[in-house]
Amino acid sequence: MPAELKTWKELPLGGVVPGGTTPEINKTGSWRAERPIWHEDKCIQCLQCWLHCPDDSILTKQQKMVGIDYDHCKGCGVCAAICPKDAITMIPEREGQCGK
Amino acid sequence: MRKVMTGHKAVAEAMRQIEPDVVAVYPITPQSEIAEYYAEYVHDGIVHTELVPVESEHSAMSACIGAAAAGGRVMTATSSQGLALMVEMVYIAAGLRLPIVMALANRALSAPINIHCDHSDAYLTRDAGAFMIFAESAQEAYDYTLIAQKIAEHPKVRLPGIVNLDGFTLTHTADVVEPLEDEAAKKFVGDYQPFSPMLDVDRPSTWGAFAMPDYYFELKRAQQAGMEEVPAVFLHTQEAFAKVAARGYRGFFEGYRLKDAERALVLMGSTAGTAKVAVDELRARGEKVGLLKIWLWRPFPYREVAQALAHVNKVAVMDRALSFGAMGALYNDVCAALVHEKNKPALVNYIYGLGGRDVSTDHILHVFQDLKEAQPAHTLRFVGLRE
Ligand code: SF4
Ligand code: SF4
Repeated sequence: MPAELKTWKELPLGGVVPGGTTPEINKTGSWRAERPIWHEDKCIQCLQCWLHCPDDSILTKQQKMVGIDYDHCKGCGVCAAICPKDAITMIPEREGQCGK
Repeated sequence: MRKVMTGHKAVAEAMRQIEPDVVAVYPITPQSEIAEYYAEYVHDGIVHTELVPVESEHSAMSACIGAAAAGGRVMTATSSQGLALMVEMVYIAAGLRLPIVMALANRALSAPINIHCDHSDAYLTRDAGAFMIFAESAQEAYDYTLIAQKIAEHPKVRLPGIVNLDGFTLTHTADVVEPLEDEAAKKFVGDYQPFSPMLDVDRPSTWGAFAMPDYYFELKRAQQAGMEEVPAVFLHTQEAFAKVAARGYRGFFEGYRLKDAERALVLMGSTAGTAKVAVDELRARGEKVGLLKIWLWRPFPYREVAQALAHVNKVAVMDRALSFGAMGALYNDVCAALVHEKNKPALVNYIYGLGGRDVSTDHILHVFQDLKEAQPAHTLRFVGLRE
């Protein structure tokens, strides 16, 4: 067992993780089967995708949709289904670009 | 001051004195009156508790968990099917180390549907991770509600606690109860110190995080450690309670005329009162009989039970619930307690009082008589059943 794993005596009470949210260190997007692709040219910035994404994976800057956080996106397809302009389409993950 | 009140009122009075920040509760017979009394206190402005009238017991415990994680002192109460619906969340309260104290008005589980007392609901939560106390009387239900709150919130324990009181027999029967003065009760329970409260925005924390196989085991071991702290804290809290109350409890169970007993009963709850009358009757006839009445059922006081029973010849362990396909749960506990003893009594398992079946002094006398002849074997014997 790797040495850096803590023993039961070193764990916080109730498994409560100090320091707030853990998504920054835990990348949970690896089990995606389908990948949403954003087509900027079709996008009208209505932010419906951002509103509906169950995993907070629509990236925004100054209240504008700027892309998808593939480190956490689960590929559920909600964004593609809700988009009124078909500006998000789903492709099989294996066809996606590595690391993008 | 001595007062006449039902077990319900006694528990509600203890809750009023504890004055939790949040009480989330859903009505179910025979628990409802606890919630009703408490709702009155809230309505009349006697307590400053937020009462959350949820839509189910699952929601009751969920709301309790949220409120406790947020940093509040939290209590609830339920019974039977309500607990069955709630049990998923009881495990979570324990895993998150939230000191939620619950009164459990013991009632039989369906089917067939029944509203009367047995301990099948308590047995359902036996392994959930809450410490469990059984009361014999309304007085004990009151006292142990205060004591349980203090144990649950102890920094070494931090676990939910369940105070069991027999449905109807204790909940609906008026009895003489001597509550503490409000100030003494409040001082005894003390102020609540939450840990990592969710609403502390300066020190954010993640509650209910996922644990993979690399950490789940360690977290569960740590939870067990909280349980292992309960016995010492229990005794210490009893002692502190004895200092403020006109009565004292000492130990994980009450031994009644047990020291020189040749035959003894082991049981939990209100039937202990009936059993004491039967014991006195037999003692008057020169029979050396006694009783061991469990207060603290989880964690189970193995060593102390073994010590208290080692000298007895024959012990009847009485379970007020079936554990289908197995011997009674209390019987199994007592067996485990005694298994390493050199001199141990013969054990016989009796099932009694299911679905509120009355248990009279005669029934207990019959058990003592039957125990004389009964061959120790892993066979269930039934009390007051039409064979
Ligand atoms: S596929 Fe699902 S998880 Fe991924 S960005 Fe779209 S809505 Fe969010
Ligand atoms: S829902 Fe479609 S159009 Fe609206 S912001 Fe998202 S991608 Fe653009």
